[in-house]
Amino acid sequence: MTAARIFLIGGLTSYRALFGWLTPWILIPSFLVAPLFQILLFAYIGRAANLESDRFYVIGNALQYAAVPCLFAMGNTVSGERQQHTLPLVLATPANRLALFVGRALPVIVNGFLVAAFGLAAGCVMLGIHVPASALAPLVLVAAVTAFSCTGLGLVTAALALRVRENAVTSNVLFGVLLIFCGVNVPLSALPDWMAEVAGGLPLTHGIAAGRELAAGASLSSTAGLIATEALIGVAYGIAGYALLRLLEVESRRRATLEVA
Amino acid sequence: MKTLRLLGLGWVFQLKMLMQSAFDGFLGVLWPLFFATVAFLMFRTSGDPKTLLYASLGASVMGVWSSTSVAASSALQRERWQGTLELLVTTPAHFSLVLLPITIAMSTIGLYSMVATFLWGRLLFGIGLDIVHPFLFVLAIPATIVSIGMLGFLLSVSVVRYRTAWALGNALEYPVWLVCGFLVPLSLFPGWVRPISWVLAPTWGVRAIRSAALGGSALREIALCLALGLVYALIGILLVDTVLRSARSRASLSLT
Repeated sequence: MTAARIFLIGGLTSYRALFGWLTPWILIPSFLVAPLFQILLFAYIGRAANLESDRFYVIGNALQYAAVPCLFAMGNTVSGERQQHTLPLVLATPANRLALFVGRALPVIVNGFLVAAFGLAAGCVMLGIHVPASALAPLVLVAAVTAFSCTGLGLVTAALALRVRENAVTSNVLFGVLLIFCGVNVPLSALPDWMAEVAGGLPLTHGIAAGRELAAGASLSSTAGLIATEALIGVAYGIAGYALLRLLEVESRRRATLEVA
Repeated sequence: MKTLRLLGLGWVFQLKMLMQSAFDGFLGVLWPLFFATVAFLMFRTSGDPKTLLYASLGASVMGVWSSTSVAASSALQRERWQGTLELLVTTPAHFSLVLLPITIAMSTIGLYSMVATFLWGRLLFGIGLDIVHPFLFVLAIPATIVSIGMLGFLLSVSVVRYRTAWALGNALEYPVWLVCGFLVPLSLFPGWVRPISWVLAPTWGVRAIRSAALGGSALREIALCLALGLVYALIGILLVDTVLRSARSRASLSLT
């Protein structure tokens, strides 16, 4: 019961307290304005390069932008605590660590999902893209699964924040890596082979591919494999992130660097 | 002479501080490279080397704007956090003389990114940089950097009452890349976008750099870029007085 409280209430409280982006003054420019301009930027570059349709860029960039809250908010769960000088207190408690860290991930998944869903909807309206009505519900599922897998990677950034002082830099670098590798704006077939190989192990790649197939009229069952792979990648990163968190927590205690990193 | 010394030393000190910051220094170089890489990968498919050079020249200015937009919009807030804003405001020098070199240093840091973009394009994508008018090219770069710094100055003064202005600076990154034609020709946009681009100095800066590199006459673009920069600085100087008067009368200068 205590673990459930830590998971739900603790997670939500931590998210509200530490993710300082929830004020409309940050939320609107960061989560509503910026993704739309990223979509427009790449859609217009795509038109100039005569590469892919607008739909390709709307789906790729809207889903990729979920990475912003997923990476930054998860990183803040550690760096924010450190800034507030509460990290040693949190880690000194006997609280179940799985409930503690995974609980913090749940509101972030919802945030990432909402950003991706807004980007998809507004991007389609802005660029006049038609998506079949039958694809709407599956696209919602894809946005949710993609946000989940990105949050898995976010858990890794949270762990790294135990050792890296400039957590915002880590999150920005990962955002850039996802932008280049995951077929967001360049089809995987047009990337060098090694990049396409790397993309296969990153969150977003399969989610974006599934989103594009669905928007092109494919059925949910035909994209189930891609969606399941995306979810599995999220689980793998989540497990790796949690293991890294535990490892670095122990290391930080041993080196007395919890507040120093 | 004193004014020039203040501007020069302010610029040097600020530049040294920015170089120490992982966020402004390291990420300032890396961030635009991510976008330049995607753009190069996209334009590469066209198979036209001229398109890649066009993109490379535009992408090089992206970093100058990136290092200015977020940093300049939160420049005053940063001084506030460091507890130095009151000290800077009470110095006998006009506050704009203190703030201008700060924002110009921010855009100067973009030079790193500019060089990195050219090298990245050359080494990874084989984009050769054969400049037709080297003198004009060398002239266009500082003109672009200074005028973008002045735009940053105007931005920093305009958003002084906006406590989380970094988010606005962040959100302004893509629109300026887009509207100023860094990677996309302005002819692709709806007609109403063009007048917006004309009043933005980066539009003329990137045009000047492209003209100098590709063989046009860049002098008109350089002049327009600098003239717009001066207009931003003048508006900023006028705004500084209003903003400081308001902050003093409300005793809100140090409120974060």
